[in-house]
Amino acid sequence: MSPLTRRGFVTAGAAAGAGLVIGFYLPHGSGSEKEIFSPNAYLRITPDNKITIVVARSEMGQGVRTALPMILAEELEADWKQIEIEQAGASTLFGDQTTGGSASIRTTWDPMRKAGAVAREMLISAAALTWNVPRSGCTAENSHIKHAATNRSLAYGDLVAKASTLPIPTDVTLKQSKDYKIVGQRLPRVDSPSKVKGEATFGIDFRLPGMKYAVLSRCPTIGGKVSSFDDKDSRKISGVNYVGKISDSAVAVVADSVWGAMEGRRMLNVTWDDGPNKDLNTAAVMTSLKQGATKKPASMYLAGNPANASGKTVSAEYTLPFMAHAPMEPGNCTAQYQASKCELWAPTQVPQDCRDSVAPAIGLDPDQVKVNVTLMGGGFGRRLEHDYAVEAALVSKAISGPVKVIWTREDDMRFSTYRPASLHQISAKVDGSGFPVALTHRIISPSISGQKGQPVPNGVDPDLPDEAGPVYGFPNYSIEYVMTETPVPLGWMRSVYALQAAFALESFIDELAIAAGKDPFQYRLHLLAKDQDLQYFTTTWHTARMRGVLQLAAEKAGWDKPLPAGRYRGIACFGCFASYMAEVVEITMENDQPRVHRVVAVVDCGQVINPSILEQQIQGGIVYGLANALRAKITIEKGRVVQGNFDDYAPLRMEETPTVEVYAVPSSEVPTGIGEPSVPPIAPALCNAIFAATKKRIRVLPIIS
Amino acid sequence: MADLTLRINGSENNVSVPPETPLLWVLRDTLGLTGTKFGCGAGLCGACTVHVEGNPIRSCSTPVSQVSGKNITTIEGLSANGLHVLQAAWIAEEVPQCGYCQTGQIMSAAALLAKTPNPSDDQITQAMNGNLCRCGTYERIRKAIHRASASGSAR
Repeated sequence: MSPLTRRGFVTAGAAAGAGLVIGFYLPHGSGSEKEIFSPNAYLRITPDNKITIVVARSEMGQGVRTALPMILAEELEADWKQIEIEQAGASTLFGDQTTGGSASIRTTWDPMRKAGAVAREMLISAAALTWNVPRSGCTAENSHIKHAATNRSLAYGDLVAKASTLPIPTDVTLKQSKDYKIVGQRLPRVDSPSKVKGEATFGIDFRLPGMKYAVLSRCPTIGGKVSSFDDKDSRKISGVNYVGKISDSAVAVVADSVWGAMEGRRMLNVTWDDGPNKDLNTAAVMTSLKQGATKKPASMYLAGNPANASGKTVSAEYTLPFMAHAPMEPGNCTAQYQASKCELWAPTQVPQDCRDSVAPAIGLDPDQVKVNVTLMGGGFGRRLEHDYAVEAALVSKAISGPVKVIWTREDDMRFSTYRPASLHQISAKVDGSGFPVALTHRIISPSISGQKGQPVPNGVDPDLPDEAGPVYGFPNYSIEYVMTETPVPLGWMRSVYALQAAFALESFIDELAIAAGKDPFQYRLHLLAKDQDLQYFTTTWHTARMRGVLQLAAEKAGWDKPLPAGRYRGIACFGCFASYMAEVVEITMENDQPRVHRVVAVVDCGQVINPSILEQQIQGGIVYGLANALRAKITIEKGRVVQGNFDDYAPLRMEETPTVEVYAVPSSEVPTGIGEPSVPPIAPALCNAIFAATKKRIRVLPIIS
Repeated sequence: MADLTLRINGSENNVSVPPETPLLWVLRDTLGLTGTKFGCGAGLCGACTVHVEGNPIRSCSTPVSQVSGKNITTIEGLSANGLHVLQAAWIAEEVPQCGYCQTGQIMSAAALLAKTPNPSDDQITQAMNGNLCRCGTYERIRKAIHRASASGSAR
């Protein structure tokens, strides 16, 4: 152990994404550094015993403002009741702050634990020095350091001055899961009271003095531009005070109220240059997928040699449409541009991307742009885009004043970035018992990253490694990818490619089970019978853990027990974001449509941080996934998105929502993703139940089209 | 423009706005009552639900001139002091995820309990079916309504 000096730590830590003080979080006029104990950017303790934990991920409902501080507080041995939460904006202190990929816990588990443990050890040292006793006799507990031998105790706040003078240890011992007091507890979320009282400030609620409101008229044809516009009638609307083109494809209408801006836009007359996609329609996109299927694929996973395996060939094709995230809070961002700086208040999953995209758009350097992160009314990946922020900054610059850009629901639906449509071709060679000796899964889809001009190493979209891995250890097994292109804007939507891969694979496995005359659960169990470690990019998938969730799901669902007349079951399992998931669905059929009554969901995501939040994520993911499976479909006609609101793109309502029973496999393994893994298995589990009920196999989503 | 008097949460507010302006935007932009949310602008999602004379209405689709002089209650005025029994139940059941739709959900639930203190599951579904939640909190919403109902002090 070689402790660095505090200053040395700052210098050394800057590049590693750590630092002494927390940027703009230092209270104004706070005076001496000694009044705050802040051994790292995540934590501040003050003499009044206030413990502030900084959350460097964005809260969009998934519970990070509660779960991440729990991890730090655990190692700190803090009294949870003393914790205050602070939301980090775009910073240089925390590394990549992107909130997505079910990665917030995964990527901060170590930094948050270490941040807490470092502080704990320094507070122990401070107390030992104060009492002039050996460190070994001192323990941390409930925001106090105690010396049992002399029955003395000091609150953390009392140790702030002393601890601040000590060297920061570089190597600390972390707690073992059996000793956890906070992690694993069903602690109430810190944000619930403000949300039920209507006091929580979402992006759309944030206000600045003198702030105007803007709505934008965007070219409805994908890739089209503004040709000309006539704002004569717009400007007659009460409160409208600016109309102007702010980009190639958008005209902004600014008013004193949202309603004034909406009315101003309604009266705006824009002539569009529809551009190259004016004849694009959904059928053409599907044709491009079919054509893509004939191209040479990139290999993502290969075991054995499927081409050389012998057996009876079975194959099937599965197709999925474009889908839209449709978070409840429509897009918005508030910006205040002032000559050499710009400040934003953004409901965003990517504060750093907002900063880095806004800066060049308005002629500033990134360090002249400050991004504050507000609460988000849902994200689901839509707020991984920075379009709202750039628009707000451009309008603020155009009017030289503070402005909030607001999207309507129709804007959100028609100018979104969509889950890519995809085609899946799966073929297997089965042995005499109907089990695959070889399986090839070819995924044909445009690439989100590819479309955005980001690297696509070896022709493989960089998200696929977390989302489309092997579930089963077939002796000959190939997972392949063909990247196609489309002008339809693409984005990362909750579970991204995993939804598609799971629908195809787990429907196909069901087809094989039925063809073999075997029970779909027992069939999968047989495929997972052998303990195997399947290496897929940087993740090792363990068939034993998949088997574990599958068995528990079947047991909790009572798979071996008969159902009441008219009820049918389906099962599916899948792994993504490093977590294992199995789901059993129970349905009846009413007027040829499925009604889902019950879902049993089992996850193995390693160490659970907060079981209540976990249950929320699983239940929510299943409701989201059911809407995707049943109805979600974005179509294109004449280059324009057809759907506009919750009538023609209908989320699940209460009447359609099943009870969802959630179980987590007890585990002290490293925690893995929880925001998305429940989404992918629900569509195939549901379609497998529909097959059980009707003998009709659904190979095209959505189910109701 | 119209000069209107709005009786919101027991207080009189004079506003000067175009009479066709939806109540939602007067609440949010003119009066700063941002607990009422914009979700769809078409009466499809319920995020903007407030009470007019005790009845749940969609403020995004209600011209402000129609509610002038009537008693309007928003989430900010649901309980005069402390938490409404439903708000307490929402916290106890850990309902909110993103929380954006929850004020509208609570306003719909409050209107239900005011008329039907002990609702059945079917009555809950009927009353709440117009309120969308993309986080999928419906199951906990149902539990919270039952919990509030069981506590017996629903108004």
